[in-house]
Amino acid sequence: MKLKQLEGLLGSLQQFETPKIELEQYPTGPHIASRLLYTAENSFGDVSDKVVADFGCGCGTLGLAAGLLGAEHVIGFDIDAESIEIASLNADELELDMDFIQCDIRNLRLSDRAIDTVVMNPPFGTRKKGADMDFLSMALKVASGAVYSLHKTTTRDHIKRTALREYNASSAEVLSELRFDVPQLYKFHKKKEVDVAVDLWRFVPNNNRPKHL
Amino acid sequence: MRLLTHNMLSSNIKGVTNGFPLRIEVEKVVEKEVDLNMDFLRNMFAKIEWKALVEASRTMGYSELPDDAESSMLDSDEFLRKFHHALLELHLEEGALVCPETGRKFPVNKGIPNMLLHEDEV
Repeated sequence: MKLKQLEGLLGSLQQFETPKIELEQYPTGPHIASRLLYTAENSFGDVSDKVVADFGCGCGTLGLAAGLLGAEHVIGFDIDAESIEIASLNADELELDMDFIQCDIRNLRLSDRAIDTVVMNPPFGTRKKGADMDFLSMALKVASGAVYSLHKTTTRDHIKRTALREYNASSAEVLSELRFDVPQLYKFHKKKEVDVAVDLWRFVPNNNRPKHL
Repeated sequence: MRLLTHNMLSSNIKGVTNGFPLRIEVEKVVEKEVDLNMDFLRNMFAKIEWKALVEASRTMGYSELPDDAESSMLDSDEFLRKFHHALLELHLEEGALVCPETGRKFPVNKGIPNMLLHEDEV
């Protein structure tokens, strides 16, 4: 599938009707989502025929993009039932099979190494401090192949240090720097639109650990 | 929810040490056909908890999987088809997942398990 086609399909998906600020619900735009998955598949082979998890899936954009690029089994995780419902409808629209689990990512218990790749656009931690790190920590626990994630450029050094020293990553690379368009979704947003500098990361977990549940 | 997903999920209640596998209570099962991917199945075989898959598929009404399996069986087309069917084509649509240690039920609606914990379970 060509990048433009993928981007087009993702652009047609339904998004949050009433986004919840406390959960930092922002749609992952088709431009970023298509490039994240396209890179994961074409540069690293991390998508097709793999088990892919989308942490904080929201309306399912990243997970569905993985499905469109040939992931064999995709699971979306989110704390919010309404988002999952929209994601479910989006999956039906695209005629894709995607499992969903409603849960709090911080107390999820998944077997080690059952998931190949994690893709995510986690909360940045502007509402619930440390939320971005909670997501990253969990992702590196469950992925056996790679984790693709988006984090604010301002947190770059902290992310790299923490991932390598505390979260068992054997490598942590910024693949590209992107601008995340934050549209005027919430009442406190004064500007019509704002650009946030965001890093697209690829982390590889250290696999020298025994399998356990 | 496919059984592949069920096979990786544990009860996440605080203090539970034997939270796997979650027992399944069935109200509605849906079957959806998908193409068989041999390489994928071979890869998954090594990662799957076989007994949990067998038990789960039988609860869902499918009893074709053998009690025990070893990788040499992957050479058989028939075995691959059954493995494929149990792992990817059976969906728990309505019912519950039950913590084997505490009995706590996690409801499944429209194929989606709700694993959100109450305050005292965290």
